[in-house]
Amino acid sequence: MHTNSLYQEVILDHNRKPRNYGKLDHANHHAVGHNPLCGDRLDISLQLDNDQINNIAFQGESCAICKASASMMTTAVKGKSRADAETLIHEFRELATGKLDINQPNHLGRLTVFSGIRDLPTRVKCAILPWHTLHAALNSLTSASTEADDSVQSASNHS
Amino acid sequence: MNPVNTSLKSEISPSLDWGKIRADFPILQLKIDGKPLIYLDNAASSQMPQQVIDRLVRYQTTQHANINRAVHYLSEVATMEYHNARCKLQQFINAREDREVIFTSGTTDSINLVMHGYGRKFIKAGDEIILTTLEHHSNIVPWQMLAQEKGAKIRVVPINDKGELEVDEYEKLFNERTKFVGLIHVSNALGTINPIKHMIDFAHRHGVPVLIDGAQAAPHITIDVQALDCDFYAFSAHKLCGPTGVGILYGKAALLEAMQPFKGGGDMIASVTFEETIYNTIPHKFEAGTPPIAAAIGFGAAIEYLMDIGIEHIAAYESSLLAYATECLSEMPGVKIIGTAAEKTAVISFTIDGVHPHDIGTILNQDGIAVRTGHHCAQPIMQRFNVPATSRASFAFYNKRTEVDALVTGIKTVQKIFL
Ligand SMILES: Cc1ncc(COP(=O)(O)O)c(C=O)c1O
Repeated sequence: MHTNSLYQEVILDHNRKPRNYGKLDHANHHAVGHNPLCGDRLDISLQLDNDQINNIAFQGESCAICKASASMMTTAVKGKSRADAETLIHEFRELATGKLDINQPNHLGRLTVFSGIRDLPTRVKCAILPWHTLHAALNSLTSASTEADDSVQSASNHS
Repeated sequence: MNPVNTSLKSEISPSLDWGKIRADFPILQLKIDGKPLIYLDNAASSQMPQQVIDRLVRYQTTQHANINRAVHYLSEVATMEYHNARCKLQQFINAREDREVIFTSGTTDSINLVMHGYGRKFIKAGDEIILTTLEHHSNIVPWQMLAQEKGAKIRVVPINDKGELEVDEYEKLFNERTKFVGLIHVSNALGTINPIKHMIDFAHRHGVPVLIDGAQAAPHITIDVQALDCDFYAFSAHKLCGPTGVGILYGKAALLEAMQPFKGGGDMIASVTFEETIYNTIPHKFEAGTPPIAAAIGFGAAIEYLMDIGIEHIAAYESSLLAYATECLSEMPGVKIIGTAAEKTAVISFTIDGVHPHDIGTILNQDGIAVRTGHHCAQPIMQRFNVPATSRASFAFYNKRTEVDALVTGIKTVQKIFL
């Protein structure tokens, strides 16, 4: 595949001007994602009320793919229910790992710009990290790692 | 233009045809997505010339058997060829005796051998081990494990802003508790060539043995372990145009004899009863089990190939490539070279303003350019320069100036995309 189809304008734009960037003052869920292979770190805070994501923010140092993925993720899940967010997390992981047939109905919308990542195995984790971390935050885990089978790394009641 | 390294100053030999040498490497004909491969990741692993590939095929098709074990023809041939490879390595580093050359699975294995064989026997609670900020993780982690086990302490030599060791600080670290020094010869992340001769002499004046991690030095600098007087020297074949899975540890015979074995098993014993095992002599004491015979023989062929060209000619050619690449990259706005030591091998670590190294690597790959991005297994260096990672172009003698030009064009493409 041609890499420029990955570094599309949408992705470059979200990298340049990340949405929902920062830390929520009144977060009740929080997780830190870490990709030990490249040192990327991502901090996600959530305000979850009655299983609805009322607010979300992220911050951290990462590559363009990871930052754009995080930024687009926050816009996609804001206002959604926990269940809808989990569906998106599942679909995004399937998309990034090439298991999703994007011609079949899905909820990803513009997030399908990341479909090209499946041809770059070393970068798949960059795109998935924010989603791992969101999953951890929703499930009251405090940390997620791209090197764990699932993001279930350390369980604690940190919410 | 940067001053040419004094240690690499020998003239580029006019009699060598570098284009012809390049043609020895079949992999360099590859196309990546229709673009010619531009392989600038030689510090991670260098490529293999046809001569070495042919040697592996010849071994595998006409000489293979297990060694040291049987009286049949093939076993004798394989045993002899394995021994010949050891002798080539001995010659390559100018060791006094061939039994001072131990085949290991690579640099990491060699360092672990010293940690277990020497460290666990001779280092005690309260002792101090000196390492440097430039070390690869493979020369940090084993010593941390030992320090933890024994209650020993690790002291670290700092570096300056150019990525050079602060030798004064090194000297100040010595005291009566200092029992070991682990020192990288050439930094894999920055290319810095360290003044190891001076540092070894200084350690010896305090009666302290020194292990040199030569993984990045052996491909580019003539190694003479007797002149250096180092106690241990380690490197891997796969960075010397040889196969993966093999490397060596050089050790002074007296030290190797005093050490305890690292791994137990076949071939490392003289006799075994359930009451007692008598260990074999060196080097066999440290080569338990069936060694990587084919890889060691390929390693020998790679060493022969490199010695035919001449490490000093390789160094001179690479030095001129480094000077050219340094000149080109330092003129590019937004590009910063990390590691500007006066003495360097042909490694350029760099950052581009506003672009993460992984994005750089992915976009360069689209032009067929292979660079390494990340922390290069040297996180303390990244912390020192306050960057999460860098991109690293590392050159070999089969690279050419036009490939430097392609790198420059590739970097411009990255900058255009991220404008
Ligand atoms: C300086 C240095 N030391 C040690 C190593 C480890 O070598 P190996 O992975 O072959 O054991 C490397 C290779 O990356 C290196 O560059």
